[in-house]
Amino acid sequence: MDRPNRYRILGKAIGESMNTYVNDFVVKIANVNGTGSASANGLLMKAIFRMGIPVAGKNFFPSNIQGLPTWYEIRVSHDGYRARSGKVNVMVAMNAQTYARDLAELDPGGCLLYDSTWSRDKQLARDDITLIGIPFARLVNATFSNIRARILLKNICYVGALAAFLNLDISVLENLLRETYANKPKLITDNLKAMEIGYQYASGHFDCPLPFRLERMNATAEYMMVDGNTLAALGCVYAGATVGAWYPITPSTSLMDAFKAFCERYRTHPDGKRRYCIIQAEDELAAIGMVLGASWNGARAFTPTSGPGLSLMNEFLGFGYYAEIPAVIFDVQRVGPSTGMPTRTQQADILLAAYASHGDTRHILLFPADPAECFYMAVSAFELAERLQTPVLVLSDLDIGMNDWMVPKLSWNEHDVPDRGKVYGFEQLRDLSEFHRYTDSDGDGIAYRTLPGTHSKGAYFTRGSGHNRDGAYTEDAAEYQEVLDRLQRKHDHAKTLVPAPIACRRSELKTGIVSLGSCDAAIREALDILARGGMELNYLRVRGFPFSREVDEFLEQHTRIFVVEQNRDAQLKSLLLLETGVDRSKLTSILHYGGIPIDSRCIVQSISEALREGEAA
Amino acid sequence: MSFMKKPEVSHSRLSHNSLGRTLREYEGSMSTLCAGCGHDSVTAALIQAFWELSIEPCQIVKMSGIGCSSKTPAYFVQEAHGINAVHGRMPSIATGAHAANRNLYYVGISGDGDSLSIGLGQFIHALRRNINMLYLIENNGVYGLTKGQFSASADVGSKAKKGEINQQPPIDPVTLALTLGGSFVARSFSGDKAQLVPLIKAGIMHNGFALLDVLSPCVTFNDHEDSTKSYAHTRQYDRPVVHADFIQPHQSISTDYANGEIIPVELHDGSTVLLSKVSNDYNPIDRAAAYQYLLDRQKRGEIVTGLLYINENQEEFHTVHRTTEEPLRDLPHVALCPGSAVLEEIQHLYR
Repeated sequence: MDRPNRYRILGKAIGESMNTYVNDFVVKIANVNGTGSASANGLLMKAIFRMGIPVAGKNFFPSNIQGLPTWYEIRVSHDGYRARSGKVNVMVAMNAQTYARDLAELDPGGCLLYDSTWSRDKQLARDDITLIGIPFARLVNATFSNIRARILLKNICYVGALAAFLNLDISVLENLLRETYANKPKLITDNLKAMEIGYQYASGHFDCPLPFRLERMNATAEYMMVDGNTLAALGCVYAGATVGAWYPITPSTSLMDAFKAFCERYRTHPDGKRRYCIIQAEDELAAIGMVLGASWNGARAFTPTSGPGLSLMNEFLGFGYYAEIPAVIFDVQRVGPSTGMPTRTQQADILLAAYASHGDTRHILLFPADPAECFYMAVSAFELAERLQTPVLVLSDLDIGMNDWMVPKLSWNEHDVPDRGKVYGFEQLRDLSEFHRYTDSDGDGIAYRTLPGTHSKGAYFTRGSGHNRDGAYTEDAAEYQEVLDRLQRKHDHAKTLVPAPIACRRSELKTGIVSLGSCDAAIREALDILARGGMELNYLRVRGFPFSREVDEFLEQHTRIFVVEQNRDAQLKSLLLLETGVDRSKLTSILHYGGIPIDSRCIVQSISEALREGEAA
Repeated sequence: MSFMKKPEVSHSRLSHNSLGRTLREYEGSMSTLCAGCGHDSVTAALIQAFWELSIEPCQIVKMSGIGCSSKTPAYFVQEAHGINAVHGRMPSIATGAHAANRNLYYVGISGDGDSLSIGLGQFIHALRRNINMLYLIENNGVYGLTKGQFSASADVGSKAKKGEINQQPPIDPVTLALTLGGSFVARSFSGDKAQLVPLIKAGIMHNGFALLDVLSPCVTFNDHEDSTKSYAHTRQYDRPVVHADFIQPHQSISTDYANGEIIPVELHDGSTVLLSKVSNDYNPIDRAAAYQYLLDRQKRGEIVTGLLYINENQEEFHTVHRTTEEPLRDLPHVALCPGSAVLEEIQHLYR
């Protein structure tokens, strides 16, 4: 035994001198990639969720299969905050490589668990935290002989120890393990054993629980824990998408994986015939081409991608815009420029996506803020793409796409029949005297299209070269401009169709925040913190581009506006300046672009400093 | 791509196909290519083939990329939908279109620049996927619209109009298709309509990706002496090795092919291609032998033409993907959306 008394004393010392934090703390686990830590951490988070306690998890993983450092941050929040708080209260330091920085990251008063199988450098210590050593490797090695099992089960061992330290209901963990390995009884036995060892060691050697502890709540019954790529894929299934073309790229890959899994289950006839077609393309140029080809021919088609893929798709996006072909693109944004950091998150494709391709080109963008919105916006994206006959890009990001979020359960209206837009069918074509592809007969900028194979009268030549309202080739200035001007009217019309922004506002306040996407969770928490400190602000979350009227109004009605986004170049702010009449001097950027999801602490700091400066001046 | 309506001329003695349509109804708008361009002969052969096959024009989908060749879909079957994609990317458009609706007749017209330079990747991947389409390359060894640069199919030693000699080895779509598992590989010459029309018909009816490389001289930039893609050179070195006859499903076969010199290949729809060997040492159903033969003849500077390889049993795209028979784009929403009860069930997984 490792001098248990000393640790017991330390444990008591914390308990007596500090407040307890019930259902309100952050546990961070530092580990080595490829050791199976992701499933152990997922287990831990799900167990907390099943105890009815709101929880959020963020995975910081390397672009690597095995060997590089990886972290997992679990935030427990009885208030239901889903963003990073910016704090770490309990660090599980399982990676010797990163031990020094993990130790440094812990907030004062926190606890650090480490594997005491190997002694730690005495230099690496802090007076303001508590070190808790548990010989995880020794415990696991003494129980299991298989080398791979030892590596994997060490993670389950710390889950067991954390159960004791955090007052996590061990029976919930047991049930989860039994569900996970329902078909592999041997794994259940081993995992339960490893968990038990950790639990027993912790409770036998230390005063448990720590001041950071869990207590059952009933706040998660109407929620689920799921990532955005999964729900975006589910949205594609529910929207009736039949063709998915893609080129694998982090962090969008799991979207197509999920689409495939759902389709295998719900779109496959017992005889094996599939009501879907997934094509792994040779590159993203081909993936978007396939989507355009399929959509042109009347199927709902989509492609998931990320920044580098979107760069490659530019030429075809311009074709889709000019030839007026629907397409749905999910850009699960990662850190750029270039290859950047593939496993880190950012919102840095906004400007690229808005104007992708050469010439006067502009696109419809949707900005989901969490996985649930990925579902609903996937459905909207297909609807908008077909109604507006143009590419629609859903700008998710790695944080939303790949992390499990606590989101309210989804609902589906059985009677919703998708709007496939203006498409002439056989009867309409038969009764028409003549069909002209690009004539604005309804005055909304949207012309009628036809699908191949319907009727001879519907035939036309789709082209990316200059064309007139009839669809015929032209090099005539007036004819060309007529079509280009109608495209602008169509884009303006889209302002009334994209999802309206969501506002939290009171009319007397003149200071506000404008933001988008995954910043939302951190902003909502920051607003509460600022309000408690006497600084109240309004908030508008933009959900679509082109910006709808409400965005202009919000900008007009506020005298000072903080634009919060996760990129270096203030891309949302630039887009607001370009596309609205907002006075530049009103806008102040709050930028977070290191690749780790934005936290509420940094927003609170930036805004309170700025507002105080304002007062001083 | 230019649109010029052809003058209406009525011929009283025009014959009708089984749909009661005249050849005129399979024409398109006026060609804007140079007078004498090989591509216009290919267009004429396409018109003839579609007319003879009696395909409803609106069941045809015409696709192309960018370049002189890619303009030609505007010049045939006016009543068919056409799509002119970006440069070198027609194969991906074709793949998506075919995925959405497996029941139409797809014909892609490309050129040597469009398919062998900028679009080489897409071309070979569409071929690997065995997309059910006729993929016709109008091959002239030169970039016409940008005025005379060599393309990737230019032969070593071939001279450009301005005197430059090409020194890079050519990419031959035929041997490339053979090595990549192409299920239908053919080559022809725009000046040989008798050979070209049945090849087009067989390619359209083939159940899979039919590559048809057509040497189609550029009269403006590559029809001079010392060009290996000129009319004169192609005529001189053209070596037809297999003659293909296309027989409609209910047409009787009068030829006696018991002696083994004629190989019948039955196509998916019941039609038959009769392959008669012009050259006795050629075997169009043996991929490796065909490949070796082509390389040997290439060394001698000969241009081997005909239906060079066919395998009707190779599974096409939708068979591999096990797609339902009904076109995906025609499936009603109720067949695609699992509904609210299933949504509830799915969400349980994330609890």
